[in-house]
Amino acid sequence: MAAQAAPALNLATPPLDERSKHLRRLVVRTLHGGERGHVGSSMSLVEIMRVLYDDVLRYRASEPKWPGRDRMILSKGHGCIAQYVMLAEKGFIPYETLDTFCRRDSILGGHPEAAKIPGVEASTGALGHGLSYGVGMALAARIEKRDTRVIVVMGDGEINEGSVWEAALCAGKHKLTNLTAVIDYNKVQSAGPTREIQDLEPLLDKWRAFNFAAVEVDGHDVEALRRVFDRLPLATDRPSAIICHTVKGKGIAFAENDANWHHKSKIANDVVAKLYAALE
Amino acid sequence: MRQTCLNMVYDLGKRDKRVLFIGSDLSPGLLADMKKEMPERWYMEGITEANVIGMAAGFAMEGYIPYVNTIATFITRRCYEQVAVDLCLHDLPVRLIGNGGGLVYAPLGPTHLAIEDIAIMRALPNMTVTAVCDAKEMVRLMNCTLDWPNPIYIRLAKGGDPIVSRDENGFAIGKAIPMRRARSRRAIVLMATGVMTTNCLAAADLLAKDGHDVSVVHFHTIKPLDEEAVLEFSRDVELVATVEEGTMIGGFGSAVTDVLVEKLGSSLPALVRIGLPDAFPHKYGLQEELFEVYGLAPAQIAARVSKSLKVKDKVA
Repeated sequence: MAAQAAPALNLATPPLDERSKHLRRLVVRTLHGGERGHVGSSMSLVEIMRVLYDDVLRYRASEPKWPGRDRMILSKGHGCIAQYVMLAEKGFIPYETLDTFCRRDSILGGHPEAAKIPGVEASTGALGHGLSYGVGMALAARIEKRDTRVIVVMGDGEINEGSVWEAALCAGKHKLTNLTAVIDYNKVQSAGPTREIQDLEPLLDKWRAFNFAAVEVDGHDVEALRRVFDRLPLATDRPSAIICHTVKGKGIAFAENDANWHHKSKIANDVVAKLYAALE
Repeated sequence: MRQTCLNMVYDLGKRDKRVLFIGSDLSPGLLADMKKEMPERWYMEGITEANVIGMAAGFAMEGYIPYVNTIATFITRRCYEQVAVDLCLHDLPVRLIGNGGGLVYAPLGPTHLAIEDIAIMRALPNMTVTAVCDAKEMVRLMNCTLDWPNPIYIRLAKGGDPIVSRDENGFAIGKAIPMRRARSRRAIVLMATGVMTTNCLAAADLLAKDGHDVSVVHFHTIKPLDEEAVLEFSRDVELVATVEEGTMIGGFGSAVTDVLVEKLGSSLPALVRIGLPDAFPHKYGLQEELFEVYGLAPAQIAARVSKSLKVKDKVA
C-alpha cells in the first residue's frame, strides 16, 4: 500500500515577529561561536522553545533544580541551540556563554549535558531516550502527588527509533496525563525528506493508536502554540501528543527545507553574514 | 540466589521509600507481596528493555533507586546504549539484576547465554559490576546497594548454588575476599568471580591433595576491582590463575591482567587465564555440562593449573 501523504502544509503561518527574529539571531550568534551546529534542526524549534519558556513552563532560573519546576526534556538534543538561547534569555546562563558553543572548555556542547548546563534536565543527543525519561519522571510525580508537567520534545527523525514507541506504549498503559510528547515535524531528516527516508504517516493516527490524545498545530504560529499548550492535558485519561508542523531551517530562506542545512560545520564569517542578512 | 535477590528488593523497599522494582516480562506472581503492599513502586513493563532502562533513569533523576530485572543478555546487550547513556553518563543509582549470568541458560542456546556481560558492563564509565558466589553473599551485596552512588550490574547465578561465603569475612563493594589462604608466599593463587569461586575452592582441595599450597581469592566486585588484593596475592607467588564464567576478552581475567602488567611490570608472576573462548557456545545441556565443555569444572581447573606449572618449570 502506498504511504499516505503528509497533511497539507497549507498553514497560514504568520510572518516571524521581532522576538522570533531576535531568537534566531541568537541562534546565529551561537553558530558563529562554535563555527558549526545543527542549523535547520534548531531553527525549526525556535517557536516551540519560545512558547514553552515564555508561556508554559514553570521554572526558577536562579534555582534550576527547584522541585516545583516542570520537566522539559529536549530529546532531540541536536536542536539544543534553540534551547540554549532560551536559557540565556531567561537568565540560566549569560549571553556570552553562547559564544563559547562547542569550544573546548565550554559548558555548551553540540548536544546538551545536564551535569554542565543549568536548566537542562537530561543529557541528550543519542536519539530516542527522552520519552522514557519522561515516563519515569511522570510516574515519580504521580507517586508523590506532584502537579509537575513533563514535556518531551522530539524530532521527526528521532521517532524512527523503536525505543520511542516502547516508551509510548508504556506511557499509554499508565495513562500519564502529566506527560506530553511534542514532535518537531519539519519533515526533513539528516539524509533527506522523512517521506523518502522513513515515512511517519499517518503520524497523528500513530500517536492516537498508542493511546495518546494527539493534536496538530502550526509549530511556528506562536498564538496557536500558546492555545494548544493551554489545553494541556488534552485528555483526562491519557498522555498528550502535540505534532508541530514546522519548517526545517525556518526563517533562513536559503536553508529552509534543505537537508544540507541539517548540520553545518566551518561556518565562517561570510556564512554568518548571510544568515544574519536572511533575518533582516 | 535469584529469589534471595528479589526478596531483598522487597525488603529494601520496606526499609526505604526510594526503592522500586521494574521488571520486563518475568514470572507471573513475581514479587506479588511487594506489588500488593507498594503497587506504586512495582512495575512490570513488558519486553521493552530500552524503555525500561530509560524509565528507571527518569525515576532515578527524581531521587528513586530502581532495581531493574530481566535476563542478563537482554539487560546488557539489548539496551547497551540506554545503559551507557541513561545510567552511566548520568551516573544514576539504578541497579540492573541480570538473570542467568554466564552459562546458566545452557539449554536455551547462545541468544540467552551472557558470556560477555561482565566485559561490556565493565567497559562503561561509572558502572559497578558484581557477581556474588551464593545467596548469602547476595544478601550482603544487596544491603550495600541502597547507598552506593553509581549504577550497579548484579549478575545472578543459577540458584541453589552451594553456600561457600561466610559472614565473618564481611562484605564491602570493591573489596575482594580471601576464601582460602596459602601457608607460604610461593603459592598458587586462584582468583575468581561469581560461582567460579566455588569451583576454585574445590579445585584448590584437589591441588592441595597433590601437595600444592593454594590461595583462593573471591572478587564479588569486578569493577571497581580491588587492585590492592590483586597485587597483594600476586607478589612472589608461584602462579596466578584467573577463572571466570565468561569471555576472556575484556572480562575479569583481563581486569586482573591489566593491573598486574601495569603495576608489577617485569616482576609479573606466571599467569594463566581460564574462561570462555572467543566464540558463541554451540552446545546445550546443563550449565555444569558446559563447564566441562569449557574446562571450568573443578578437576579441569586443577588440571589446567598443574599443567601450567609444569610448562613453567620446563621453561625455567
